[in-house]
Amino acid sequence: MKLKKGIPVIDQGNKLGFWGGKFGGNFVPETLKKPIEDLEVLFNKLKKDKKFIQERDKCFKNWVGVPTRFIKLENLTKHVGGAQIWSKVVSDANGGAHKVYNATVHCLLAKRSGKKVIIGDTGAGYAGKMLSMAAKKFGLKCKIFMGAKDIARQQPNVKAMKKNGAEVVPVYSGSQTLVDAVSECMRFWVANCDTTAMCVGSTVGPAVFVRICGWSTSQISRELKVQLIDEFGSIPKKLKLYNCVGGGSSSFGFWNEFMDYDKKQCEFIGVEAGGPEKSKKHAAPLTYGSKIGILHGAAQYVNQDSDGQIEETESISAGLDYPGISPLHCFLKDTKRARYTAASDEQALEAYKLVTRFEKLRPSLEPSHAFAVAISESKKLSKDTIVVVNSCGDAYKDRGILEKRLGKKYVKSN
Amino acid sequence: MLNPISVAFKKAKQENRPALLTYTVAGDSSKKQSLNILKSISKNADILELGVPHNTPVADGSQIQTSAYRAIKNGIKVNDIFKIVKDFKKFDKDKPIILMGYYNMIFQYGENKFLNKCKLSGVNGLIVVDLPWPENKNFAKKCKKKSIYFIQLLSPTTTKIRLKKIIRDSHPMNYFISMLSTTGGKLKVSPNDILKNYTKIKKIDPKKEIVIGFGITEKTIGKLKSADGLVVGSAFCKEISKSLKHRQNPVTNVSKLVKKLKSKIL
Ligand SMILES: Cc1ncc(COP(=O)(O)O)c(C=O)c1O
Repeated sequence: MKLKKGIPVIDQGNKLGFWGGKFGGNFVPETLKKPIEDLEVLFNKLKKDKKFIQERDKCFKNWVGVPTRFIKLENLTKHVGGAQIWSKVVSDANGGAHKVYNATVHCLLAKRSGKKVIIGDTGAGYAGKMLSMAAKKFGLKCKIFMGAKDIARQQPNVKAMKKNGAEVVPVYSGSQTLVDAVSECMRFWVANCDTTAMCVGSTVGPAVFVRICGWSTSQISRELKVQLIDEFGSIPKKLKLYNCVGGGSSSFGFWNEFMDYDKKQCEFIGVEAGGPEKSKKHAAPLTYGSKIGILHGAAQYVNQDSDGQIEETESISAGLDYPGISPLHCFLKDTKRARYTAASDEQALEAYKLVTRFEKLRPSLEPSHAFAVAISESKKLSKDTIVVVNSCGDAYKDRGILEKRLGKKYVKSN
Repeated sequence: MLNPISVAFKKAKQENRPALLTYTVAGDSSKKQSLNILKSISKNADILELGVPHNTPVADGSQIQTSAYRAIKNGIKVNDIFKIVKDFKKFDKDKPIILMGYYNMIFQYGENKFLNKCKLSGVNGLIVVDLPWPENKNFAKKCKKKSIYFIQLLSPTTTKIRLKKIIRDSHPMNYFISMLSTTGGKLKVSPNDILKNYTKIKKIDPKKEIVIGFGITEKTIGKLKSADGLVVGSAFCKEISKSLKHRQNPVTNVSKLVKKLKSKIL
């Protein structure tokens, strides 16, 4: 299995949509074949269309707000005493997380295809919140599927969705989290694909959704590349990019533009959710060696039992609480371009405490996982190593959980 | 030897009626009960579809989901399903059985090992919901080598060119999904329109049997009589759920329902 240079990773799949010949694909009911093919044709055309790119860039600039900041975490760096720790503050983006890029592009595509309704899944609530925002902006009706457990633990984002006029459909099946929300959303699409566009909230699902999402979030690394050159004059000799990985959309977007650099110069570190230290359950299929299986239309490493039933996951972070992982990351893992590890609930909370103690930055529980590993590894790294952590979400949505786990003083009002 | 599925269609044609296909979930609500259901309905059903329960079914509505989750909770494993089929065939060796499920279960078992087990236990056909054409070409070939029908799904969204290609590659039986819906949806298209689509598909290769499924209940089955076969599924899952809730015997209730459905297509 080989990663090619000079070709975007999203376009390195084969004719049937498999990366490395075995990850991804289109394991979908017959009914979805046509709508998926239509979307593929539309996307392949528009991603080469200058006018469409201009439209996207204008949206990103005027509405999403680009570029998001690239800042040095001076105090944290001093405290840790190793590598320079920087952050790409993607939570600056409109709505407070990277999910806005994919949501915006899907709404632009839906408009082009003449669809009036758009549906989407959400875990942490950011994908849903951003889709509801974008749908409102573009005049589309919006319906969001969300696990009942996540509705309870991510209330601020649920409120935002409703305020934007979206219908939030609670999903009570299975573990009542993201995996069930995606299933329910796909089921709704099966029954309504003639009138409705579907947005998958991460780089998961049938191949075209993986590609659209990766294409959209790559905005993050396009900005970072410019910012790095502005700051250091060139891409640093020792660069390490840390990102949390749920489905894998923020991490993929954070790395995409650096893909062709040697990994000795530019290393990618993906941090999965290890779950509570006391629990056997986790959401880290790459770290803990899960087998390849089919989930939501794509072949990927996925937590499952020997029969092929998908296993329940557990994580303090709703956004990472997913048993599978993007085919793109399976590909990056097996080609050894990226390295994957996990942080536990407790480690993420500790990292959140540390970051907020030293910096004016409040990463949500998802990027706190990335900070946990970045901080611990930075201690042993030289001062000329540039560590960058994608702070891809804001902690406002997590205030309930943070207050319960850490006490009131860690929840500043917003 | 002719596949018992084809024999069943022949027999139904001789009686001037469509074949009645039933779908129940293996292990719903227990291994024993699902075997008993098969035994009790086999007199009135022509072909028995047995669902392989999966916990992330992207094409199933709430009734089949409930049955599948119930079966999984009660401990059903793939090997138990083969055992149910084998035990059933001891009781009625000529009645065709089709397993219907999601690809991950086959993938984890191993395609070849799965097909060997199908052969040994007496499975006659397979429907894999999320392994569409052309992705299924290779697996369908393997099925053919074992004389197991791989049943292609066709949908109202399937384009004409695609229909032709799928049917060209298909085995003697195909499955037309009546409307855009997960299983168990209310019939939102008129039986007449469904039959119009059906006829178009049938014309592509009249020799191939086409069954219609999704949304068929005792209210609608009579109006679709002219098809080669009709599949009822969610209605049975619902019946089992209802029976359990009212502490009634699901075996007798499902059996009664099959009998009633049969009477509507005679
Ligand atoms: C802030 C934040 N970060 C990360 C994720 C994980 O998703 P992904 O791996 O696709 O970036 C989510 C998902 O909801 C999120 O809200």
